[in-house]
Amino acid sequence: MSLSERLHPGLNLAGTDPEGHEAAEEVLFGFWIFLMSDLVLFAVLFATYAAMSVQGIADGPLPAEVFDLTAAFVETLLLLLSSFAFGFAILAMKYREDRRGVLVWLLLTGVLGAAFVAMELHDYYVMITQHAAPPQASGFLSAYYLLTGTHALHVSSGLVWMAIMSIQIAVLGFTAPVKLRLMRLALFWHMLDVVWIGIFTFVYLYGVAS
Amino acid sequence: MNWELIFGQITWDSFVFAGMIENPSLSEAIASGAGSIAVLGALATVILLTVKGWWVPLWRDWLTSVDHKKVGIMYIAIALVMFARAVIEAALMRAQQLAATEGAGFLSADHFGQLFSTHGTIMIFFVAMPFITGLMNYVMPLQIGARDVSFPLLNAISLMLTMAGAVLIMVSLVVGQFSTGGWSAYPPFTGIEFSPGEGVDYWIWAVSLGSIGSTLTGLNFAVTIYKKRCPGMTLFRMPLFTWTTLCTSILMIFAMAPLTAATVMLALDRYAGFHFFTNGDGGNMMNYANLFWLFGHPEVYILILPAFGVWSEVVATFSSKRIYGYTSLVYATMCIAVLSFAVWLHHFFTMGQSANVNAIFGIATMIIGVPTGVKVYDWLLTMVGGRIRFSTPMLFHINFLLTFILGGMTGVLLANPGVDFQVHNTLFLVAHFHNMIIPGVLFGMFAAVQFWFPKVFGFRLHEGLGRASFWCFAPGFLLAFFPLYWLGMMGATRRTYMWSNPDYVPWLALAMLGAALILAGFALMVMQIVVSVRQRAQLAAPLGDPWDGRALEWSIPSPPPAWNFAVLPEVSSQDPFYEAKKAGTAYRSPAAYEDIEVPRNTATAPLIGLFACAWAFALVWHIWWLAIASFVLIWVVVIVRSFETDTEETVPAATVKAANEAFLAAVRATPGVTRDREMTSDNRGRAIPESLEAGAGALASGAAVEVSR
Repeated sequence: MSLSERLHPGLNLAGTDPEGHEAAEEVLFGFWIFLMSDLVLFAVLFATYAAMSVQGIADGPLPAEVFDLTAAFVETLLLLLSSFAFGFAILAMKYREDRRGVLVWLLLTGVLGAAFVAMELHDYYVMITQHAAPPQASGFLSAYYLLTGTHALHVSSGLVWMAIMSIQIAVLGFTAPVKLRLMRLALFWHMLDVVWIGIFTFVYLYGVAS
Repeated sequence: MNWELIFGQITWDSFVFAGMIENPSLSEAIASGAGSIAVLGALATVILLTVKGWWVPLWRDWLTSVDHKKVGIMYIAIALVMFARAVIEAALMRAQQLAATEGAGFLSADHFGQLFSTHGTIMIFFVAMPFITGLMNYVMPLQIGARDVSFPLLNAISLMLTMAGAVLIMVSLVVGQFSTGGWSAYPPFTGIEFSPGEGVDYWIWAVSLGSIGSTLTGLNFAVTIYKKRCPGMTLFRMPLFTWTTLCTSILMIFAMAPLTAATVMLALDRYAGFHFFTNGDGGNMMNYANLFWLFGHPEVYILILPAFGVWSEVVATFSSKRIYGYTSLVYATMCIAVLSFAVWLHHFFTMGQSANVNAIFGIATMIIGVPTGVKVYDWLLTMVGGRIRFSTPMLFHINFLLTFILGGMTGVLLANPGVDFQVHNTLFLVAHFHNMIIPGVLFGMFAAVQFWFPKVFGFRLHEGLGRASFWCFAPGFLLAFFPLYWLGMMGATRRTYMWSNPDYVPWLALAMLGAALILAGFALMVMQIVVSVRQRAQLAAPLGDPWDGRALEWSIPSPPPAWNFAVLPEVSSQDPFYEAKKAGTAYRSPAAYEDIEVPRNTATAPLIGLFACAWAFALVWHIWWLAIASFVLIWVVVIVRSFETDTEETVPAATVKAANEAFLAAVRATPGVTRDREMTSDNRGRAIPESLEAGAGALASGAAVEVSR
């Protein structure tokens, strides 16, 4: 099988690292499947939210009363920019194997991601203290916190993973396993964007509009 | 001293023996007895391991191994241990129901509730799942000509997570109570308001651990089948067991996530006061039913599809005939896999959705009968004109065909919402799903054990005792469950610990008799294994092919070497090994050998399992320091492992060559055995293919297979 036939969707090492590319096929395919399973989890949480944000209000506040669209928009920008920065990190790895370049881009990614998580925690804080909207207040809020919280937990674990990868790049250099791990982290990070776009649209925009 | 900081909610009263001392009764005595068996069993194991000096081999050769074959064997060991517990619980429940007509019987209501909850939870998550997973682990890579699964370490981690869940359920025998909410744990009953104790938490965390393990298994197997097939092994040349493994893996990838979501939500309700499934404050318990059965129905097919795969292998091999309708069997499997996601609502027809919704799901349910029917006809037609040997797996198969069809019929009845309204929540339903799972899945696994045991351990199982256990299991099943159809029609509700209707008694007595027969069957099966181990010299079949097998796993020695295939095989047809035997090209020496890379053993997986078990136990008992510590430790293990670079070792080509040439020489020196003498000690694992038997006269000399040199 020629290299071009082994192309897999998303990031790949074809053209710059034939051996790594060959090894990537199975590993990255496996990770795609993992992401698919993870997305099923999110789909279930979305479905739960869809039902409960309408029928689970009880005596609690309505979505439009508790959401801050401006904050959600800034969070969207932060997360998308961090994904953009990760893209540059991967390009620097693929074409130049440039340790410093990759580390700097990863740092930028991490800072933007951390800012996203911090803003989201601040959102929670405002909701709980100013709008009396903790997760215990209603079924709707339970579903809201679980959906966005699961996403935030994914982002946070991505940040930990990123920190470890930075150490591995510094200590081990661009060995094949390190490269493949970084590519998987990149897929993971981009997947979280996709999920966030869903959250921004269906939870925030739709919630404030309705 | 604040003991709660250290021990969480565990107190002296949490231990099962405290109940016996403070409040003695037969029910408490049985609970204490079960707890004692768990403790003594663990103690006996520890003593045995110490006396025999087996700790080091256990750790070095088994627990730290990432070899798919050893992982598979450990999975099945878990399944058998847990089966022993859950089948005894079943017999206890039968006895209670028989004894409790117009009286209280000998178990308390609460104890009975725990019994049916642990019985169901264990049988599904810790018997059926590990059994099929173990089997797929062992057989699938061999059938596709691979050296291991795609992610061997992940495979070992899946095993250890499942084991952690099983251990947690065993611990619940001794410390605290289990849930009384059944295996499906419907809220609001399982919410904190109505089930305040630790029982439901045991259920939540045991099931969650198993569910995460299964998700990872599904992922691993799907990637293995897509990416690791040997040259020439196109999808439509794969053995049917591998096909069903693929479909089951896909189901696992999609279906386990809703279960994880449901258990997490239930946990948040219970631990943090959320309102997913509570009665008030916007909770929606119907969402639980949807989520649970969004997992639960595909789960049914996760279990039955690998068993279908086993039946396809068994019927072809023991009919000495190519499987009839291979392609239709593949499509039928895929159809079932897809349809399994479209029928979950039939588990709660009576919960109040509109008649049209019920009708659609009822029709979808009935449609599943069509691909299943295709399979049944294919199996029947495989036997037509074949040379059938009525050995134990084949007996199980024929029994399966007869009884599974009856169970399927009652399934079609239940798929009609009008009928379902009449018999839902009765023993009719209990009879139906046992009628599918026991002859289908459980007997399928038993047949698989009889069939592949010689591959795994290098000697056959004692055939006489195998048949004896079959002749207990088969009628035992009929007696234990067919009366329940009648009882259900008479209105006997499920999960009921005492009755007021004396008309039930004769049927309950018949069912009790059946349960006793099933226990006898299990005892005979254990005896069969013990006797076979003792007589392993006479039963030895190290040459790998005792049944005139068809797929690649029979072309290698029994037990297979760590690297499975000395040289990766090349395949040009279905049933590649059978075709090679017929053409005389089997057992040829390869032109050249190469070094083989195999993964090194690692403590990663057992450590993760250990900490996961501690984490779950800590969550059950609110021991927060332990929960945090063990959670951190799990990830520390993962991170430390990620810095290891030397994870593989090389088996030199010379070693592989020596082993393989010795095996080939032994095969060539051994006369083949005909199907008539399959069960005699002549059968060392070299088969004369059935199609070559007929013409030649002096076959016992192995002349017909000399060609293969």
